[in-house]
Amino acid sequence: MHTKYKSKNLLFFMKKFILDLIVTDNTFLQENFVLLKLTSELPLPEMKPGQFAELRIDGSPTTFLRRPISINFVDRQRNEIWFSIHIIGEGTKWLSLLPIGSKLNVLLPLGNGFSLPETPSDKPLLIGGGIGIAPLLFLGEQLSKQGNKPTFILGARGSNDLLQLEDFSRYGDVYVTTEDASYGEKGFVTQHSILNKVNFDRIYSCGPKPMMIAVAKYAKSKSIFCEVSLDNMMACGVGACLCCVENTKDGHLCVCKEGPVFNINQLLWQI
Amino acid sequence: MADLNVNIGELKFKNPVMTASGTFGYGEEFSDFVDLERIGGIIVKGTTIHKREGNPYPRMAETPSGMLNAVGLQNKGVDYFVKEIYPRIKNINTNIIVNVSGSSIEDYVQTAEIINELVNIPAIELNISCPNVKQGGMTFGVSPVASAKVVKAVRSVYKKTLIVKLTPNVTDVAEIARAVEANGADSVSLINTLLGMAIDVEKQCPVLSTITGGLSGPAVKPIALRMVWQVANAVKIPVIGLGGIMNWKDAVEFLLAGATAIQIGTANFIDPSVTTKVIDGINDYLDRRNYKSVKDIIGALSV
Ligand SMILES: Cc1cc2nc3c(=O)[nH]c(=O)nc-3n(C[C@H](O)[C@H](O)[C@H](O)COP(=O)(O)OP(=O)(O)OC[C@H]3O[C@@H](n4cnc5c(N)ncnc54)[C@H](O)[C@@H]3O)c2cc1C
Ligand SMILES: Cc1cc2nc3c(=O)[nH]c(=O)nc-3n(C[C@H](O)[C@H](O)[C@H](O)COP(=O)(O)O)c2cc1C
Ligand code: FES
Repeated sequence: MHTKYKSKNLLFFMKKFILDLIVTDNTFLQENFVLLKLTSELPLPEMKPGQFAELRIDGSPTTFLRRPISINFVDRQRNEIWFSIHIIGEGTKWLSLLPIGSKLNVLLPLGNGFSLPETPSDKPLLIGGGIGIAPLLFLGEQLSKQGNKPTFILGARGSNDLLQLEDFSRYGDVYVTTEDASYGEKGFVTQHSILNKVNFDRIYSCGPKPMMIAVAKYAKSKSIFCEVSLDNMMACGVGACLCCVENTKDGHLCVCKEGPVFNINQLLWQI
Repeated sequence: MADLNVNIGELKFKNPVMTASGTFGYGEEFSDFVDLERIGGIIVKGTTIHKREGNPYPRMAETPSGMLNAVGLQNKGVDYFVKEIYPRIKNINTNIIVNVSGSSIEDYVQTAEIINELVNIPAIELNISCPNVKQGGMTFGVSPVASAKVVKAVRSVYKKTLIVKLTPNVTDVAEIARAVEANGADSVSLINTLLGMAIDVEKQCPVLSTITGGLSGPAVKPIALRMVWQVANAVKIPVIGLGGIMNWKDAVEFLLAGATAIQIGTANFIDPSVTTKVIDGINDYLDRRNYKSVKDIIGALSV
């Protein structure tokens, strides 16, 4: 059932769409976070965990470009796509105010997505911080569906920044760290005690860069396969403008097309 | 259905709408969103004689109604284009035009010579105006003498349609256009990006790694339109207008100001299918006003 995702070349055949989606729900999860759910008249296209969408913001001249947002979840039964959004500026604020029934123009699916394990015995660890946990829900669901039960370590400043814990726990074991000790263990994701108890075969991570660097260091020291998802600033989202590049062993690569997911061995991070 | 055909030099375009260099990749990036063969012409990414990594990240900043970029002509070089990309795109049934950049006259000449051999590339657009190259690009485009020199050198080796892209970062753009025309250009396109800057007030440092970058998008449209009008009045060769075109109305403004064709750049990032919408919009405008051909409105501005 996971064979679909085996070949990297398959990506070239994943058609991208420009769609007018309809808002079915837009709820505050926490003070500055919303969960935006949208549907389409036609069945939503095929999408992979780690891929993202470019959302059209129609608000004002200062939100001229689209905003890249990760695919948080795809509910095939209800034909819904979810976006988990941290309100940090005008664009995300505008998205948080979209009323039910309104339309949102999106480009999707964009980017490469995480590479899923090919052996059912692989034990994946998913480490997210802040809004970076968003793509890990879809990834966790897909992993559990193909028999690789995931473990999540989710990090936040405090309990007010934690999102969708019940959704995550549906697909695997959830461990939490908070910087202020208001929930789970105190500290950073890479300090969680579960790391000393269980051996993992692969690590997937998304979050603030310092966190991902710490995760990459940990993975490298243990020689564990590790992929991280980057969030460079984007314009086109489809590999045309070359604005979003990350410097890698293969030179400047587009995070929107050759990423957003990279193996840590490909990056030039000091780890 | 009005006749949308236009000619640039000896080259025929099925309609006056092209995509601007650096904003549409090699066309392929947009093939899921738009029927590439409906577009009048596709101007591919800036191509140089050698591979260029471009400038460090961050290379982009959003601005009110526009954006700054400092990509710095990242491309894999003309040989890579010929071997890897050309075979993939050469059979797209539209005019595929290569945007040629360089930091010396020899660079331009060598690149143009190589592109001249490609049967399915009917034209080049000589970018003497990119503000991101530390040496060369900018110096040619801002001086009538230097512009004339590079155009003359390329003209002597390049046999097909030669379009020269002008920078707006000059006092008198018409003067440059005349110099370029006198040295054998078949057409001029304008404008390239306007030099600009953005500052992060929290970090108190520039947003772009290169400090300054090129402004594009609707923010530049009034300036672009004014320059296209000035140049169209100054030269006899066809003018290709661009800068901030977001919809058919913007496009018609450029045509009325004297542009024979137009290009769409940054708007592709907002709506990847904008090109075909603009083509349809121009056609509807012509039909509604009973024009038989788009040529009837080129330079039809009454002042
Ligand atoms: C592939 C990808 C996936 C993403 N997934 C999600 C997601 O699932 N949920 C979510 O809430 N956000 C996600 N983001 C980040 C999101 O795109 C930005 O937060 C958003 O564009 C900010 O828009 P704004 O208008 O609200 O803020 P702006 O006013 O544009 O920015 C506010 C501040 O945030 C900074 N900023 C803006 N964008 C970014 C960025 N990409 N990286 C770092 N700093 C930035 C700006 O420099 C500014 O200081 C993702 C980004 C990428 C590239
Ligand atoms: C990201 C980006 C990359 C560009 N790269 C090139 C280039 O390689 N060569 C060139 O001649 N112009 C380049 N341009 C300029 C555009 O082709 C165009 O002249 C300019 O953006 C104005 O048009 P617009 O407002 O429709 O985008 C680039 C513009 C952008 C935004
Ligand atoms: S955002 Fe344009 S190439 Fe990545």
